[in-house]
Amino acid sequence: MKKATKNGPDGRNKTQSRTKSKRASGEDTHRSPELWELRLYVAGQTPRSLTAFANLKGICEEHLAGKYHIEVIDLLKNPQLAKGDQIVAVPTLVRRLPEPVRKIIGHLSDTDKVLVGLQLRPRGLE
Amino acid sequence: MLRKKRKTETRSGNGLAKSPTGIAGLDEITNGGIPRGRPTLVCGGAGSGKTLFAIEFLVRGAVEFGEPGVFIAFEETADELAKNVRSLGFDLDKLSRQKKLAIDYVHVERCEILESGEYDLEGLFIRIAHAVKSIGAKRIVLDTVEALFAGLSNDFILRGELRRLFRWLKDEGLTAVITAERGVSTLTRQGLEEYVSDCVILLDHRVIDQMATRRMRVVKYRGTIHGTNEYPFLIDKQGFSVLPVTGLSLEHQATSARLSSGIPELDAMLGGKGYFRGSTVLITGTPGTGKTSMAAHFVDAACRRGERCSFLAFEESESQILRNMRSIGLDLGQWLKKGLLQIKASRPTLLGLEMHLVTVHQEIEQFRPRNVVIDPITDFEAVGSHGDAKTMLLRIVDFLKSRQITAVFTSLISEDTTPGAAEVGISSLIDTWLLLRNLEQAGERNRSLYILKSRGMPHSNQIREFVLTNHGARLIKVAIGPDGIVTGSSREALQAREKSNGIANEQSRQSRRRSLDHKHTALLARLKALQSEFDAEANAVMTDIEQEGLREKHAQAQRSRLVQSRTERSRRFTPVKDDGK
Repeated sequence: MKKATKNGPDGRNKTQSRTKSKRASGEDTHRSPELWELRLYVAGQTPRSLTAFANLKGICEEHLAGKYHIEVIDLLKNPQLAKGDQIVAVPTLVRRLPEPVRKIIGHLSDTDKVLVGLQLRPRGLE
Repeated sequence: MLRKKRKTETRSGNGLAKSPTGIAGLDEITNGGIPRGRPTLVCGGAGSGKTLFAIEFLVRGAVEFGEPGVFIAFEETADELAKNVRSLGFDLDKLSRQKKLAIDYVHVERCEILESGEYDLEGLFIRIAHAVKSIGAKRIVLDTVEALFAGLSNDFILRGELRRLFRWLKDEGLTAVITAERGVSTLTRQGLEEYVSDCVILLDHRVIDQMATRRMRVVKYRGTIHGTNEYPFLIDKQGFSVLPVTGLSLEHQATSARLSSGIPELDAMLGGKGYFRGSTVLITGTPGTGKTSMAAHFVDAACRRGERCSFLAFEESESQILRNMRSIGLDLGQWLKKGLLQIKASRPTLLGLEMHLVTVHQEIEQFRPRNVVIDPITDFEAVGSHGDAKTMLLRIVDFLKSRQITAVFTSLISEDTTPGAAEVGISSLIDTWLLLRNLEQAGERNRSLYILKSRGMPHSNQIREFVLTNHGARLIKVAIGPDGIVTGSSREALQAREKSNGIANEQSRQSRRRSLDHKHTALLARLKALQSEFDAEANAVMTDIEQEGLREKHAQAQRSRLVQSRTERSRRFTPVKDDGK
C-alpha cells in the first residue's frame, strides 16, 4: 500500500481528479484488461474523505496500475449528483466499469474488503 | 386549480405551533395537526396505510396550505408512488412539475454495498437538503427510514446518524412525518420512537371476525392535549379519513322546530306536533311489526314537505322497498323521480363498520339530505362487535346531529326480549324511542305501538294499536276490556258487544220511561176520578145542608105562626089593657 501523504494534492483537487499511472504492474490484472472507471463520492474535504481517497489510490496503484480512472465527486458542491448513484453514505466508492456496478462505503481502510468489493480478488480465494 | 389556501398554522392554547395535515378528522383529534417544525412518527404494520398517510400529508400541505413538501422514499420509486396514489386523485407528477413536491427515491441494497471502514450518512443528508432547498419545502416525509437498517449493517453508525438526522430536521424547521414498521414489542422495529418523541401516531389494520378494520391512535403528543382513543379510519376514493369527523365535542345546536312522523295519530301522541328536527328517532320492534313501514311514512312526509331524504337500507333492495310500501299506499317512487329521495341498499356484511360509516358520510356529503333513515341498525352488529357497533352509531348520531339532520333508525329485537334491554347500549343516544310489539290474543297477532321515551316534549303514555291499511298506517286507541287491553278482532268484538249492549240499555230505558209516563197518566186519571167523586159527594152534602136549612126555617116560621095565632085567641077572651092605644 502506498503512503497516503502522496495523494494529498490530488485529494484537494476534488472533482474530476484524474490519476493515471503508466506503470505496468500486472499482478492482479488477470480479470479485467479494460479501463476501470471508479467514482468516489465525498462530502467536503474531511479527514475521512482524504483517507478514503488515499486508500483508494494506493489500492489502484497496486492492483490496477495504468488502467484506472478515479473521479472524485464532492456532494457539497454537486448535491444533485447523489441521486444518480443512489448515494446515502459517504465516502462511497462506486465501480462504474466494469459492470456490474459495485459500491463500497467507508474510508476503505480494509484493503481486503475493498479488493473483494471491487472483485479484484474473488471472495475466499486468499 | 389551486384551492384557496387555508390557515397554514394552528396554535393550541399553550402556544405549541401545529401544522394541519388536511387529513379529515386527524386535525380534530390532534387539536390542530401535527407539531410544526418537528418530526412525527407514524408507525404501523404492513398495509396499515403509513405511506398513504404520508403522501396525503404532503399533497394536502402543498395544495391546501401552500407548503411544498419533499418525499424521501426508501421503498418505492417515484413512479410507483405516483401510480399508487393516482387512484386517490393525487397527481404527484403535476405537483412535481409545479415545484410543490419533490420525490427522491433512496435505494439502499445490501448486496450491492460493501462496507470498508468508517462512513456517515452525509450523502443522505445532502440529498435531503438538496431536495428541500430545490422547492423550498416546509414539509418532509421519510418513508420508511428503517429501510436503511436493512441496507447498512453498522447499527451503531446508523443510530447515531439517525439521531443527527432528526435533530437536523428540527433545526431546519421542517415538519416531518417519519414512517416506521411496527415492531413486536415496541412501536417500531428499530426503536425509532427513541429519537422521535414529539408525536407518535399508531396505525393499525386488524381483522376481527373476518372483517378488516383500520384504527388510528395518537400514542403521544408532547405538550398538547389530544384524543387518546383508537379512532377508526378509512382509506377510500378521497384518501385518508379519520372518524369522527365531528370531533370530540358535544355542542350541536338543538332546535325546537318539529316535523311530522308521517302518521297524524303518532304526531298527536308526541305532543301533537311530531319529532324534533335534528333529533334521533329509534323504532324498535319484533319481526314484522312494521318498522320499515313507519320509517317509510316518515320519508313520505319529509318528501311531501319538499325535503331531501336518504334511505339507507341494509335488508331490502330498492325495488323491494318500493313494492312493499306501495302495498300500504305509499308511493315512494314519485319522490325518487323528483330526486328528493335516495335509496342506498347494501348488505351490511359487504363492508367493515368503518366503511359503512364512511358510506353514510359520503352519502350525506353528496346528497345533503335533511332526513336520514337507516333500516335497520341491528345488522351492524353482524359486522362488528356490540361495542364497535355502538361506537359507530354514536359517531353517526353525532355527525347527523351536528348537521341538524333528523334520523330515523329501525332496530330489530327478538320476541322474548324485554323492551329496552337489547338496546341499552344506544338508548342514551336516542331522543325519541318508539316501540312496536306484537300482541298475541284470541288467536291472532296484532301490532301495537307505544312511546318508550321522547325527550323534551309531552308524550302519550298509552299503547296504541298499529294498523297497516291500504292507505297507510293508522294508530287506533286500544280498547280496554274486562281482561285488559284488547286488539284486533277482539277489540272489534268488544266494540260490537258494547254497541249491542248499548242498544239494549237504551231500549230498556225507553220502556221504563214509557211505563213511568203510563203511571203518571194513570195517576192523573185516578186523581181526576177522585176529584169528581169528591165533587159529587160535596155537592150532595151541600144540597143536604141547604135543604136542612130550608126545612128548619120553614119549621120556625110555622112555630111562630102557631104562637101568634094562640095569642090572638086569648085577647078575644081577655081584654087587652092597652086597648086604648
